[in-house]
Amino acid sequence: MTTGGRIQEHQEHSASGEREFVLDVRTQDMEINMGPQHPSTHGVLKVVIRADGEILTKATPHMGYIHRCAEKIAENVNYDQFVPYTDRYDYLAAMNNNLGYALVVEKAADLEVAPRATWIRMIVAELNRIGSHLIAFGTYGMDIGAFTPFLYGFREREWMMSLFEKLCGARLTYSFVFPGGLANDVPPGWFDELKRFCDVFEKKWVEYDKLLTRNKIFIERTKNVGVIPAGMALDYGLTGPCLRGSGVRYDLRESQPYLFYDQVSFDVPVGIGEMGTQGDCWDRYYVRMIEMLQSVRILRQCIERCEKDTTPGEIKGNRKKTLRVPVTEAYAGVENPRGELGHYLVGDGSDHPYRLKVRGPSFCNLSVLQELLPGTMIADAVAIIGSIDIVLGEVDR
Amino acid sequence: MSFEEIQAQLEEAVPGAVVEAVTEPSKDPYLVVSKDRLVEVCKALRQDAGLGFDLLVSITAVDYLPTFGKKKNAKPKEGEDWGPGHFEAVYHFLSTVLNERIVLKVRIPKGEGEPIFPTISGIYPAADWHEREAYDLMGFGFEGHPDLRRILCDDDWVGHPLRKDYVFPKEFKGISAE
Amino acid sequence: MTVLAFLSNGTVELQGASGATGILKGLAAYGFWGYLLAALVGFALLFGIASALPILFTWAERRVSGRMQQRWGPNRVGPFGLIQALADGIKLMFKEDIIPAQADKFLFMVAPGIVLAGMVSAFALVPLSDSAVIVDTSLGLYLIAALLSLEVIGVIMAGWASNNKWSLFGAMREAAQMVSYEIPFGLCILLAVVSYGSLSLREMSLAQAGGFLNVGNWLIFHNPFFALPAAVVFFIAALANTKRAPFDLPEAESELVSGFHTEYSGFRFSFFFLEEYASMFVISAILVSMFLGGWNLPFVPGSAVTGSFGGELLAVFTMLLKSFVLVFVMIWIRWTLPRIRIDQVMSLCYKYLTPIAFACLIGTCWWELAA
Repeated sequence: MTTGGRIQEHQEHSASGEREFVLDVRTQDMEINMGPQHPSTHGVLKVVIRADGEILTKATPHMGYIHRCAEKIAENVNYDQFVPYTDRYDYLAAMNNNLGYALVVEKAADLEVAPRATWIRMIVAELNRIGSHLIAFGTYGMDIGAFTPFLYGFREREWMMSLFEKLCGARLTYSFVFPGGLANDVPPGWFDELKRFCDVFEKKWVEYDKLLTRNKIFIERTKNVGVIPAGMALDYGLTGPCLRGSGVRYDLRESQPYLFYDQVSFDVPVGIGEMGTQGDCWDRYYVRMIEMLQSVRILRQCIERCEKDTTPGEIKGNRKKTLRVPVTEAYAGVENPRGELGHYLVGDGSDHPYRLKVRGPSFCNLSVLQELLPGTMIADAVAIIGSIDIVLGEVDR
Repeated sequence: MSFEEIQAQLEEAVPGAVVEAVTEPSKDPYLVVSKDRLVEVCKALRQDAGLGFDLLVSITAVDYLPTFGKKKNAKPKEGEDWGPGHFEAVYHFLSTVLNERIVLKVRIPKGEGEPIFPTISGIYPAADWHEREAYDLMGFGFEGHPDLRRILCDDDWVGHPLRKDYVFPKEFKGISAE
Repeated sequence: MTVLAFLSNGTVELQGASGATGILKGLAAYGFWGYLLAALVGFALLFGIASALPILFTWAERRVSGRMQQRWGPNRVGPFGLIQALADGIKLMFKEDIIPAQADKFLFMVAPGIVLAGMVSAFALVPLSDSAVIVDTSLGLYLIAALLSLEVIGVIMAGWASNNKWSLFGAMREAAQMVSYEIPFGLCILLAVVSYGSLSLREMSLAQAGGFLNVGNWLIFHNPFFALPAAVVFFIAALANTKRAPFDLPEAESELVSGFHTEYSGFRFSFFFLEEYASMFVISAILVSMFLGGWNLPFVPGSAVTGSFGGELLAVFTMLLKSFVLVFVMIWIRWTLPRIRIDQVMSLCYKYLTPIAFACLIGTCWWELAA
């Protein structure tokens, strides 16, 4: 076995097909539960990992710890009553969830929405995207071991949340966007504060960039780690920044515009492998960073158009008080911060859905994990899970 | 590329697989595919027919009762047969190349035992978890799936919650749910 | 450990007639009971310093990090929250001491003691001024290096005895990291030894008096081409030895939950905590004594800070100030930088720090011969 003093290594496959090493120096794989109570699985995700020293040989994600079967709940409540449940799948982007649900109901029931309501919907969606990406940025820094970016991110997120509080009274679960319109119009002076937020945010963004993005250690930790080639990303149905980080330019806002996204101009950032390989953790991270700036750009245009083209108070559409969806079915996707949030609705003429399927982007993005993790180190596993940026509320629904 | 063109290309690539093309009353037109030809159709969608539907968006399991779409408490009239209802797997695909979407449906009538569909996880790895979800929540079987386990519910959960005939459990492991 | 160090005083030469050493030496003249009393007094003194400084540093860390992160930090208990750390200490003391059922009980209980004992003993060897040194032996630096590396044994014991896989990972990382970084660490110490021809930190400080503006003889200015990079290497190795970010892999919170002390609670946990902050000071003090002029101040002649009581006080103040600046830098680094991965830690040590330290050592030998 020993040649020239070197330890020889060869692979054998046991009956169950799992990799086992036979070495001169015997090692044993260690099976560890990473989660559900682990600081960096971003919620109650459990990954059962087999580790050969620091290197993972197998990873199996287990989820469902906060499964509430939102889809079954939907079948038992009427269309408006389900809106608060949508807040709770991706709780970091509740506005976007509200919007996704409202769009599918509107599509199925042929509802029309007032232009002002549409502009405001775009504004809240983009603002919430910024808030969500700020969490992604902050927690990613924390996964890598830098604590400060998290609190920097929360500083602006705090402002964003207080803006939403002024708008609808809630700070996390908004239930603001309803099928057919909005809960209420924006309060006076809200747009001015939002403009100030945009100005300040762009300055602070530079700070984040200096603190984390260009940090040598951060780059060393994230470049060439967790590389998702474009083919793999498509295979596993990845959407959002994970797909764009792999270089596939696909953003629903640009490709299949909904609301008035075709009337505003913005760029769709894609990963180009600036620091290492295309589709590595750094690319996914940086796509999110640039998206925040693009969201500010969209916000500015939306505020301008909304103030110029519409008059305050005109947010009522053509919906009746009791909402009924005829016998039909519809699919509507929106670009959530984490990818395409799809709702598939089957209506049966009553006031509650016959079947509502929620296609959560985190659920699909997470499935790439078992392909990605083997062969990496424990520290990389944390970096990879962080870069995919999942919200377990949405994975489990 | 329009829905009709996609349909024509598919029918050319896999003749006889598409049972019907439906545009009403659904907001998104869809193709009903026969169960046995689904894998071929998916292969064509992804690789052969030059369509490039490279992304599987979702797989939805739906349980249609015979009373679907009828008025509340409606009964079949004399001589009218509503049938036993059916199970349906709805596949949403997206092409990032063409920027097009397509919806496929596979139907299995009730009363023929458990609904077993062919797996497409060999063609779209994303289908792995979607099919597990459909199995977990609706009790669909997927023939040839590498690892068909429950994904969201507990491993020892009884029943499939999204079925229309699902009975809510009165208790869970000794904890009352009432 | 401390007691042992004191009992060994009979065989090592005691220096400095004034201050604590003098009193202890005087007590030792009264035979066995005198020795014992001297040992107890010395231990109380040491333990007092060794736990007071960490309390100050935890407060500083929380306030400084609060400043850096746009928040307040502790500000309720006492003025500026100064007593917060004390309150935390009391809380930790009264918490339940949980020992996991499957743990190796004896090792689990002993490990924190070993970790802390090594560190407290090291305190005894750090000179704060010419006479404010509890034990001044001609082997000072050597003993400190030995005592500091005791820690790794305690950590491995803690990690293994916890019977927790994350703890084990933490302990293995600690072992790998500590053993590796001992090399550049030791080489930098050798460099100082070569420069001064002594292993005594007190003598090193004394030797750095005088020169241009009274800073010319500080080692980093005296031998700028080799001692300055060596000081930087020593500081990085010191970060690794104290498990401070970016080298906090053994307790990497986001990866290993809490690393080797995951299972520890209450007072046993606070031992690890105290040790981390105490070692920050010890290592900073060594760095200051070796490279940054010890207690010598610019413009103040070396004779002014030795001999008289006032001068000695100034010396102690200077030494503490310089060490605190380094501790502040450690805190600053911790709240700015992300964590390095284990393979990068290793490659940094073996590919960069060790060769640089070697080159500096050889360069210093040449420099001293040429000078």
